This record gives sequence, C-alpha cells and structure tokens, in this order.
Amino acid sequence: MSFKHKHILGIEQLAKEDIQLILDTGDAFKEINSRDIKKVPTLRGKTIINAFFEASTRTRLSFEIAGKRLSADTVNISGSTSSVVKGETLEDTARNIEAMAPDIIVIRHAHSGSSHYLAERVGCSIVNAGDGAHEHPSQALLDLMTIREHKGSIEGLEVAIVGDIAHSRVVRSNIYALSKMGARVRLCGPGTMLPIGIERLGNVEVFTDMHDAIKDVDVVMMLRIQMERQSNIMLPSLREYARFYGLNPINVQLAKPDAIVMHPGPMNRGVEISSVVADGVQNVILDQVENGVAVRMALLYLVSGVESMQT
Amino acid sequence: MAKILIKGGRVISPAQQLDDTCDILIENGKISAIGKKLDSKGAEVIDAADKVVTPGLVDIHVHLRDPGFEYKEDIASGTLAAVTGGFTSVACMPNTNPVNDNQAVTSFILKKAAEDGHCRIFPIASITKGLEGESLTEMGELKELGVYAVSDDGKPVSNPQLMRRAMEYARPFGMTIISHAEDLDLVGSGVMNDGPVATELGLKGIPWVAEDAATAREVMLAEFTGAHLHVAHVSTKGSIDIVRQAKKRGVAVTCEAAPHHFTLTDDAVRGYNTNAKMNPPLRSEEDREAVRQGIADGTVDAIATDHAPHHIDEKNVEFAIAMNGIVGLETALPLTLKLVEEGLIDLPKAIALLTNGPADVLDLPVGQLEEGGDADVTVIDPDFEWTVETQKLVSKSKNTPFGDWQMKGAAVCTIVAGKIAYKRG
Repeated sequence: MSFKHKHILGIEQLAKEDIQLILDTGDAFKEINSRDIKKVPTLRGKTIINAFFEASTRTRLSFEIAGKRLSADTVNISGSTSSVVKGETLEDTARNIEAMAPDIIVIRHAHSGSSHYLAERVGCSIVNAGDGAHEHPSQALLDLMTIREHKGSIEGLEVAIVGDIAHSRVVRSNIYALSKMGARVRLCGPGTMLPIGIERLGNVEVFTDMHDAIKDVDVVMMLRIQMERQSNIMLPSLREYARFYGLNPINVQLAKPDAIVMHPGPMNRGVEISSVVADGVQNVILDQVENGVAVRMALLYLVSGVESMQT
Repeated sequence: MAKILIKGGRVISPAQQLDDTCDILIENGKISAIGKKLDSKGAEVIDAADKVVTPGLVDIHVHLRDPGFEYKEDIASGTLAAVTGGFTSVACMPNTNPVNDNQAVTSFILKKAAEDGHCRIFPIASITKGLEGESLTEMGELKELGVYAVSDDGKPVSNPQLMRRAMEYARPFGMTIISHAEDLDLVGSGVMNDGPVATELGLKGIPWVAEDAATAREVMLAEFTGAHLHVAHVSTKGSIDIVRQAKKRGVAVTCEAAPHHFTLTDDAVRGYNTNAKMNPPLRSEEDREAVRQGIADGTVDAIATDHAPHHIDEKNVEFAIAMNGIVGLETALPLTLKLVEEGLIDLPKAIALLTNGPADVLDLPVGQLEEGGDADVTVIDPDFEWTVETQKLVSKSKNTPFGDWQMKGAAVCTIVAGKIAYKRG
C-alpha cells in the first residue's frame, strides 16, 4: 500500500494500516544503522529543518541522524537561537523557513496544536516531534516498534502506562497507537495527574493503584516525572511518589514474568524507576532509542513521497 | 426632525405585554402614537408587513475597546455593528486603556458616544481602580454621570472582603455589581473548558467548579449585603442552579447568558480554533443544555453578547496564547430567534430577553415601546435567511466562530431616538 499522509501531526489521524507500514518500513531501515557505512541516498537533495522550539536532546538528535542517514540535508534551529525570542509569531517564523524551500519541517513546540497550526499555513510536510501535552507520534511509533520486536505482535497485549498522564503527550499518542493495534492500555498515576475523559481516547482503563495497574501486564511503560515542572500542589514529595507510583524490583514482579519495561527518557532514577529495574533484564529502554532512529527514517521517507526505497 | 411611520408590523413589547399588529408613529425622536391605521401623512413609511417590530434591542455586555484598543474596535465601529445587529443600546465594559474607573474616562466615552456613536451607550465603570482588585472606584459620582453598574469584567475580584465592601458601598447608590464569576486559582493556566476535549487536545482545562465556586460566593455576598448582583455570562449547569436557588430565596440576583454558550460546546475548539476561545469557555453539552433550561424557566434574565473584538493577529496564533473572546453583536439576534425555532421559548420571550429583560437588570431607561417615550425601535424580519460572511462583518474585528453559518432572522431597520441608524440592503 502507499502512504497518503503528507504530514505526521499525530497518531490520531493514522489508520492501523498506516502504522503497520511505518513499522515495516522502520524494520527495513533498521539494518542500515548497523552497517559500516550508515548512509543511503534515499532522500538526497531533500532539505529537512528540525525546528525545536522546546528543549530536546534525544528526539532532536534522533531526527537529525535519521535525516542524515537518508542523505537529506538537515538543519537545526532551536528555541534559544530562533527569532521566536525576538517576538516573531510562529506563522512568520514558519513562512520564513518555508521561503527557503525545505521539504519537511520537523517541529517540537511547547504549545499543543502547534504542528497542526503550521500544517494549515505552510506548503511543505510537517512532522510533529511533540506539541505541548497533545501528541508525540514518533515516540509512540518507536514504542510500538520495540514492543513488536519483543512480543512479536501488539494485538491483545496489556500495556500499563504509569506517571503524569495529564501532561504527557507520550501517553496520548500511545493510547491511540496501542488501541489501533489491538492492545489494551492501563493508565495509572496520582489523582492530580489523571485528566478528565482520558479513557475516551481509546481502549483504556484508568487505575489509581499501581499494583492493580501492572498486574499481569505484558508491557510496563514508566513516564518521566517532570521535576522541573512540579509545583508542590501536584505532588507532596518525590519520595512519596516513588513509593506509590515508582517501579521497583518488588512491584515489577506483578507484571508477567516476560514483561518488558519501557521509558521514553530522560529517566529520573530512583523516582519513577529504580536503577535496578532501569538496568534490569526486562528493560528495553535503549532498544527504544535505537528504534527511534529507524522509525524516524521511515517517517521522513514516507512523508517525502519517494516511490521506491533505495537501500 | 423626520416623521416615521412603521406600518402594519407585529408589534411586540414585552414590557407593555403588547403583541398586536399595529402601526407606530415617530415624531421628534419620540413615539407619538401606537395604534391601528395611523395617518401616514408627511411621514416616511416603513412597510413592516410580515415583520416584527420591537423596542430597540439592548445588549448589556459589550467591549467597545475605546479608549485604548481602537485597533480592535472603537465607539463608531462597535455601535455600527450594534445597530446592524438590531441593538439600539449597549453597555460597555470598563477594561479599556485607561480603565474606565473614573469620571474623566466615563465622560470621554459619553462624549465620544454623542459624537461618533450610532446607538446609545451606557458605560459600565470598574469596581476597583485599574481593575486591580485593591481599592473601590468613586461609585457615587459615577452614578451621577449615568453609570448604572460596575464590573471588573475579565479580571474578577478575588478578595471576598473587597467584594463585600463593594456591594455594601454600591447598594445605597442603586449601583448594580456585575460579576465575572471565576475563581482565578481554579482557572489556573487553563485555556478551554476542562473535560474530555481538553484532555484530547492536550490543552489545560478551566473546570466548571472555577465558575460555580465563584458564583456561589458572589450570591452569598449579595445575600449578606442586600446588594443587587448581576452574574455575567453564566456558562455552567452549577451556576444556573445556584442563581435559580438564590432567586427562590429572594436574593437580589440576576444573570445573563451569551449566545455562544447556549449555541456551542467545547467541541468547537477541535482543530485548535482560536475563534472558539473565550472566557468563560465554551462548556459541555450538559452545561449548554442547562443554560438553555435557565433561559426557558426564567432563571436567565437577559441575553448579552459579551461582544469582544480582537485583531486577527491576536487570534492567528497558537491556541494557548490567543486572546479570549468573540464578536457577537451581529449574530446575537438570529441565534436567539433560533431558540424560538427550536421551540425552547416563544417569540415574545425571546424579544424580552433582548429588550426589557436586560434593561431591567441594569435599570436602564430603554427596552420598551411607549407613547411619549424615546423612539428606539427595531424592525426584524424573522424569516430573512443569510450567511455569516466573516469578512463582511461591520465590526472592526472578525473573530467569530459562526463564519459561514446559515442564519435566519435579521434586523431590517434599526431606529435610535427617532432616526434611522441602520437599514438593511
């Protein structure tokens, strides 16, 4: 089948077949990353702008490497160096970028809906690298790719996601992605971090007790507690958070024996995940990072509309 | 001054319990006669057959942005939008620059209204100086200048002691306190209604309890002080219930509903539509239904637009940083008539909510048709079908969520003090 999405704004707009195609393409690209010469000419002559208006290391690096391995010319701009600080509107910034004729703009922005906003206003492809608390589609796709690698299939799996559900774009994208692929999602977090109606986004059940949430699941996905964003009316202390919502060597045993442990990073060791678990045999955290490059290569390739894969 | 005869219309003036086919003769700015087959000699005749003739419509909640934000709207453009929408009187909120917190600003507005205005303007002054929630304005002198109400609209008074004192002080002057009832701590950094749509869009929510808690506080303070409290733009089921119960207890409380709150829900925000961003926000279907029930059972005293013009540059941005508010003067009448079409209320009730209802809330000397009274009259074609063309709105700003909507009903002629201020087509 062919891919018909010009933009990747979120998982919400993708069909199961689209997701499968992205994952299959990602699988095919993954091999390139282990070659001696990690470069194919697939996107030669294409220009990709990584516009990161919000701090990011992993995702920006991953998109940049993905573009470079496909031979695209990648250029990065970041919030601190951009004209945003000079008071220019996002639309004007985008139009100026567009005037330099890029093929794809990858955007990370603190405001929900910002990639949607750009897609309505510029002519090139937009790939959302995280918009506010809305979506982070490439993260969910690399999560699916990792789960599929370890579990063979996603259909029928029980996946627990634990942490700050309210402010997480990773959660929203994963709810759409996992639900579309036939998995069941269990969400768990402190009462202050469970938003109204989250269960309506997909095949979701909400838990307030972590033990219930992770019992017999196939996948445990821990979310980062954004320590820098926490005011003390959301959480009394990180100590108590770790006690009730942290993954540790004891409670991890409630999950299936072959369950995998995931984390989108960056981790707060000793808060949402103990080091023993983070480094334990069940962890697939670095597989996620590795697959991130492959799945982003797939996204850039598919939205650029190149007909045949040259590998 | 010209003589005008409005001939053969269905004349509805709820204040007089008048609903009859008759003529209205206007001379020297006053209504000289209301009756059957009046003599048209020497008069400009307006054929009102199949039309509805009402007191000039009254909107007690608009932002004219003048002085200070004339790039959004000014007294001329705002009142022209008003008469286009059938309104002959508007009460304008004080969040201008400078804030209307003193006699000089009020006088400026009244002077400019007399020079440039197309309809009557009743300035609302602020409760606190500079809208800062710290010290009271000179309500006594403001009242003498013709200010009927005070409000810190858009910047609610959070200190309950200060609100108590404002009510105690305002009461002997017969000044109404208009409350924008929102608990700002509960609003937090919310940008739309808290609920499933906000969760889906990843936007921070403003929970209904932020409005309910504040409405409850205001009602209790009004009950305690005996002052007249008017609750602006009620948008939640809880607020409607609180006002309904308070009225049953005899508390001097009134409230208004905005057309967008009884027409739309937070679904309209989908796609990050900044023209669906206002404060209080569009709520859930349950809330919308409760507001409609409040309109049907008389809990809601008036329909008011909260006409809030903003420049395109203030809306053409990411949702979270877009300004709150929409224009409403040119769409309020058909959206209210839609309630009649849907069977929620009858036509005289709809007219009451746009005429004597709002006038009575602020005790304004308008909103009725009386021989010898000022000739503010609106002729409405309830069957006129039209499409909202955003760029053709008369208001300087075009921030409406009703662009391309099919509307039924429009003012065809708006008469202010005996002069034709607007004629359609």
